[in-house]
Amino acid sequence: MAAEKAEMDALKKECDGLRAQIEAARKAVNDGSMSASAGGVEAVGRVQLKLRKNLKGHLAKIYAMHWSADSRQMVSASQDGKLLIWDTFTGNKLTAVPLKSAWVMSVAFAPSGNLVASGGLDNICTVYNIKAASPKTLRELDAHTGYLSCSRFLSDSEIITASGDTTCCLWDLETGKQKVVFTNHIGDCMSLALSPDENSFISGACDSLAKLWDIRSGTCKQTFSGHTSDINAIAFFPSGNAIITGSDDCSCKMYDLRADQEVIGYQDTSLNAGVTSVALSNSGRLIFAGYDDFNCHIWDSLKGEKVGVLSGHDNRVSCTGVPADGMGVCTGSWDSFLKLWN
Amino acid sequence: MLRWMILKPTALIYKIEDIVTCIQDETEGVPIRTVKSFMTKIPSVVTGTDIVQWLMKNLSIEDPVEAMHIGTLIAAQGYFFPISDHVLSLKDDGAFYRFQAPYFWPSNCWEPENTDYAIYLCKRTMQNKTRLELADYEAENLARLQRAFARKWEFIYMQAEAQVKIDRKKDKTERKILDSQERAFWDVHRPVPGCVNTTEMDIRKCRRMKNPHRVKKSVYGLVEEGTQSQSPTHTPSHLCRKGTKEDVEKEILFLNTQLDRHCLKMSKVAESLISYTEQYMEYDPFITAPEPSNPWTSDDPSLWDLENSIREPSQQRVKKWGFSLEEALKDPVGQDLFLKFLESEFSSENLRFWLAVQDLKRIPQQEVAQRAQDIWAEFLAEGAPSSINLDSHSYERTSQNLKDPGRYSYEDAQDHIYKLMKSDSYTRFLRSNVYQDLLMAKKKVNVSNGMRLLHHILLF
Repeated sequence: MAAEKAEMDALKKECDGLRAQIEAARKAVNDGSMSASAGGVEAVGRVQLKLRKNLKGHLAKIYAMHWSADSRQMVSASQDGKLLIWDTFTGNKLTAVPLKSAWVMSVAFAPSGNLVASGGLDNICTVYNIKAASPKTLRELDAHTGYLSCSRFLSDSEIITASGDTTCCLWDLETGKQKVVFTNHIGDCMSLALSPDENSFISGACDSLAKLWDIRSGTCKQTFSGHTSDINAIAFFPSGNAIITGSDDCSCKMYDLRADQEVIGYQDTSLNAGVTSVALSNSGRLIFAGYDDFNCHIWDSLKGEKVGVLSGHDNRVSCTGVPADGMGVCTGSWDSFLKLWN
Repeated sequence: MLRWMILKPTALIYKIEDIVTCIQDETEGVPIRTVKSFMTKIPSVVTGTDIVQWLMKNLSIEDPVEAMHIGTLIAAQGYFFPISDHVLSLKDDGAFYRFQAPYFWPSNCWEPENTDYAIYLCKRTMQNKTRLELADYEAENLARLQRAFARKWEFIYMQAEAQVKIDRKKDKTERKILDSQERAFWDVHRPVPGCVNTTEMDIRKCRRMKNPHRVKKSVYGLVEEGTQSQSPTHTPSHLCRKGTKEDVEKEILFLNTQLDRHCLKMSKVAESLISYTEQYMEYDPFITAPEPSNPWTSDDPSLWDLENSIREPSQQRVKKWGFSLEEALKDPVGQDLFLKFLESEFSSENLRFWLAVQDLKRIPQQEVAQRAQDIWAEFLAEGAPSSINLDSHSYERTSQNLKDPGRYSYEDAQDHIYKLMKSDSYTRFLRSNVYQDLLMAKKKVNVSNGMRLLHHILLF
């Protein structure tokens, strides 16, 4: 027993030693701050966006939304037990998908536009074919032992899910089986985002860590720390070299994959509400972050300054999304409305 | 416009409560009075209009619509309520509203359990008054609770009876007021379906209540264990894993790979991110207005129609293909032009191989094995019709992978071919006439138009 304990202690000491070395390596490359480097960059000025659309239709809290690849259709999920597929330009509801379980937390649009997926407290990711005469359940992906917090399609054949059971998972939609389980987080996974080249993805969890995963090998390639509370939202910088996270600690952070550490933080003493969602403009210059204080605040990603705010919701902003063509930003809220701004 | 509604009992909730206290002030507040109606009296009420007027005067709001809105937000939190409706909102009309008892105020951090709600609904059924009849959704809720609490229903029933006894001791007017306040409390915590509930926590965080102010206390003074939250029970998430020796050894391996990684200097990283945003600023509609117009702003979808048309890519779009091979391939029009260029040089096999492998990664699983073999036959087998040039190492690796073909069997080969295209054909493509012509937007002048123009000039 004593020998076992001694062995464990030695191993743990080795771990600590390695961690210290990694920290030292990170410090060594930290030769200047991002905001200092961005000192010479022209300011974006005050970003004042107008409300262009107010989409009414849901009867209860909206928990999630996702743009279609065509930048015009969008799917939203609400705890009124429905998914709504919108033509956001006309404001028309194209399809309503009734859900088996009203406790939905996530929704995703497949790049092809043929499928949508949703899931929540039922622990199941249900995939629907919305091109059929009436929406048809294609698959029920049932293997997670915790709530489904997020999902993203790689294609009509594969989907990645994040769960409150602390794992993420790659599924094959033909068989409905898990292909790879990504295990490393020690807290509920809250959010995931695919890299632009779709070879990897990032996840944010309640263990306050963000992790980069290789889809093919199923391994965790990098871990980013710094937040002091749950990470609720995560997104890739458009170049694929950096990631943005939003947390219950009321701040957002940018981590760069090449520097392997935090590059800049976005926080303000006047902001005392948790971040629920993040989205970036096409150049990566602007970050749209939804907060519990009913607003979506806009940050200059390079200078770390607040440059605007989207006010208008009567309750928490739960989801935010910028379409592929970057023409606007959509916010969804617990007040049951979706708003489009630019 | 003031928007300071936050759900945690912070200083702001107390500010709201200051306002709610002032509005009820005997001299400076709204006229709260007893109204005679038919054979009965309605105690302690005020009209919606009175509240709206007071808000406009005392909060310096000019627009009555805004005052109604702010009033509705305050009502949604439960500070006052319409006496004849379960939906908590404020209207600028003659309908009657009553103020909530401080006992039920949100600052007391109420999070009533379903047992309390069950007792409340049960007690309502015991009192033979039409005004206390359950609404449809309440009857449904009661039925559900009876099923959920089947084993302790006797206890709940007894508690409800006890509450009824206590209520009977109060005088008629007081009872009317208290009944309505109690109902309004439950309208906040168990709202009418279709209403937006202001008090619920994010259900994902329900299990992990970190707020120390939130004490689990019963509205009816019960001391009880085994309370259930409102959301349906679900399997608790994986608790902290105990660190076994294997886990620690895995961690060490992971940390070693981390250490081996070469970290880029922060200054270089910053430079790279800055230059990316600068390069793409003109493609960011939030920073540079798109042409012809942003459909959301102008209500004109012609920009989308243009994007979808493959015959006339804009100069701006063509320029983007020059940023990187990735950008050229991402755009179907760019990809097509690059392919045509390669075909003209009789070197299209690389790109066709790359595209085939991309496709392999997305097709249904059952087609993968066959397609992988087809790719081998077309591009890599001896005497293949579209033979590509792979270094021997990648070739060996790939042929090994094909013994058990999968989506990623060609990863190495694809990487190698991509690098080749990037350094060789792509750069030549950017210098080619087909690309440069499009980039410079050289348009062939239509001959007949030219003649007409000349004629026009000559005449005048």
